[in-house]
Amino acid sequence: MHNKLRRLLLVALLPLAFPAWGQDQPATEIDILRSELKQLRADYDARIEDLEQRLEAAEHKADQTSLEASQATLLANEPVAATAITPNSTDAVSNNAFNPALGVIFQGQAWAYDNDPEQYYIPGFPMGGEAGLAPEGFSLAETEINISGNVDDKFTAWLTVPIAVEDGEVGIELEEAWVETLKLPAGWSLRMGRFFSDVGYLNSKHFHAWDFADQPLVYQAFLGGQYLDDGLQARWLAPTDFYLELSGELLRGDRYPAGGASNSGFGSYTLAVKSGGDIGFSNSWLFGFSWLHANSDERESGDEDDPIFFNGDSDILIADFVWKWAPNGNSRQRNFEFQAEYMWRMEDGDYALPHTSHLPWDVDQRGWYAQAIYQPWPQWRFGGRIERLSSETPGPVFTGSVLDPMGMNPSRYSLMADWSNSEFSRLRLQYNRDKAGTENDNQFALQYIYSIGAHGAHAF
Amino acid sequence: MAPMHFEFREKVMKLKLLIVMLFCIAVQFPGDAAAALRVFACEPEWAALAEEIGGDRVKVSVATNALQDPHYLEARPSLISKVRRADLVVCTGAQLEIGWLPMLLGKANNPQVRPGSPGYFEAGSFVRHLEVPAAIDRSQGDVHPQGNPHIQTDPRNIALVAQALGERMASLDVDSAGHYQSRLEQFLSGWNAAIVKWEAEATPLRGKRVVTHHKSWVYLENWLGLELLETLEPLPGIPPTASHLSKLLAQLGDDGSGADFIIRTPYQSSKPSEWLSQRTSIPELMLPFTVGGDDEASDLYSLFSDTIERLLEVSE
Repeated sequence: MHNKLRRLLLVALLPLAFPAWGQDQPATEIDILRSELKQLRADYDARIEDLEQRLEAAEHKADQTSLEASQATLLANEPVAATAITPNSTDAVSNNAFNPALGVIFQGQAWAYDNDPEQYYIPGFPMGGEAGLAPEGFSLAETEINISGNVDDKFTAWLTVPIAVEDGEVGIELEEAWVETLKLPAGWSLRMGRFFSDVGYLNSKHFHAWDFADQPLVYQAFLGGQYLDDGLQARWLAPTDFYLELSGELLRGDRYPAGGASNSGFGSYTLAVKSGGDIGFSNSWLFGFSWLHANSDERESGDEDDPIFFNGDSDILIADFVWKWAPNGNSRQRNFEFQAEYMWRMEDGDYALPHTSHLPWDVDQRGWYAQAIYQPWPQWRFGGRIERLSSETPGPVFTGSVLDPMGMNPSRYSLMADWSNSEFSRLRLQYNRDKAGTENDNQFALQYIYSIGAHGAHAF
Repeated sequence: MAPMHFEFREKVMKLKLLIVMLFCIAVQFPGDAAAALRVFACEPEWAALAEEIGGDRVKVSVATNALQDPHYLEARPSLISKVRRADLVVCTGAQLEIGWLPMLLGKANNPQVRPGSPGYFEAGSFVRHLEVPAAIDRSQGDVHPQGNPHIQTDPRNIALVAQALGERMASLDVDSAGHYQSRLEQFLSGWNAAIVKWEAEATPLRGKRVVTHHKSWVYLENWLGLELLETLEPLPGIPPTASHLSKLLAQLGDDGSGADFIIRTPYQSSKPSEWLSQRTSIPELMLPFTVGGDDEASDLYSLFSDTIERLLEVSE
């Protein structure tokens, strides 16, 4: 109860942190009149200025034409003069000729496994959320519809709706639906709605932006694939020469690694700090450290038909590091990228296995991946990835259950090659040597990613 | 409960306190002491122009250098920090920076330089674009709906942008408005005289037929009356392919009469143009494209004088 109150108080106090918010709302009619008058005056000034400019441009043009005529050069193809134009009322980089911008990403895959993917599980790491292997053979991955646009001068909005086929049934999901502030002062921004949490490096990246056809094992084991939830995110960027960003999130806690929207719907929160910079023109780096606290109420994981349930706290610490290299920073021609994340999960609570009552659970688990991608020339990229998971032994009551790591240290090795005809298309081939499941497995994937319509810029 | 967890919780409490304190400091932060106008330029030509107009009253940082393809850039953390502290962002527009600038602006949390604010300046808004497509279809390659964005290769465009940029800088930094105005006038009079000189020097280039790697010089070609025959890229944004180069070889012949020169920017691979040059006997050359593109092109003036000199050298 105490906790809940404190959190509500925090949310209530948040607006106080932004004193400039709403200051430019005219309070009285006089203010409105005054601002209208000011607008009128500004309009006239602008119009006169515009006329002056046009006159000047015309004069300039006339000068130039007479000059060109006097030079009496024989013009085979008369060049178009560079003329001034009246600028559009808005300078816009956004690629939405229509408001909102609409883009669709098509993704498909074919996977082949030595073992039965339906039987796949990693001993000691029962998976939750969206984690797990892609189906055998041809299948569509999410077909992702992205819609975005500015709401008004102070807010922008983003929607991602994946259409997925699961067990032969077509389902529309609500993956991301958020609004974000545009005009908060002092380097602040606030995001509300449903979004991928900003923890780690890969977590906030969409499926189509991954470098491999599947998520690293740590993401599958600890974050249910990707941690996505409803709530509030605040970001602050320090006014420093080097990049320093702090962010915090307060979330509902309804999705793995949280569950059951515990704590009256304030089930999890995160804190993250990110820093980065350049070394010369050719190298740049990004380092992040984040912490996710999730409280769970009957969180489901493991076999869908025979799940196990967790009650208690999960704390996940994530350190991530990315280093990108390109000769003179011209990544179009040639580039190299190294990326690694380390996660440490501490869970404290109890687990209910199928047909048992709740058994006390206090276990630390760790995992990491490191990957390198090299693009030797435009359009082609080659990459490799190494991964490991490790778990403490949970105690004799869990022996033989899905929570028993059976003394194994799960690992996986991957190789991939992809070809991109343009930045809107990509074909990928991937091989995994999986030593994480109960039996060693060879896994092959063929994947395509195509994009039409507006395509948002990618983050570093 | 293991003692380690107590320890951890304690650390967590401290971490929480620290974050709350940092947030409080952030709110109180007075912002940058605005001694100079901080300009963030997307390309080196606009950085050079802002320096011409601003002199010592501006502090200019630039996102790309001449050896980087401005279509493709990583939205690097260091750039986000620079946009965060900028008073004015000067970019080309016409979707040249669509792959990275929106990410920088979105992450930088700087309301002063968001599109639509006075602190956001698109050079392309002040000139007439060439090659504005009648219909947009990506089967035609990476075409830009507003037209070809490489406007800086015509010095008359630089003059038009200078006028608008000078006014914008004066309106943002009212205290130095007179300073910007006089420097702008000084720059324009020198620039317009230089244009006349360059045009006279470049007369022998009129009607020359060129093959370019990408459609990077349509404004230069238009200005100097060059004729663009073909590009090494089969479609804008698609790197040269063996089959397309073979087609060009067949078209241009091997006696050097098919075209007058093959040109590329410093950031494009020299291999395709060298391959074609060797087989067609058409000279290939690199033009600086922007300030810093070669050792000679150290400012806007030398960018154009060097470009013309290089073209004249080869066409003799």
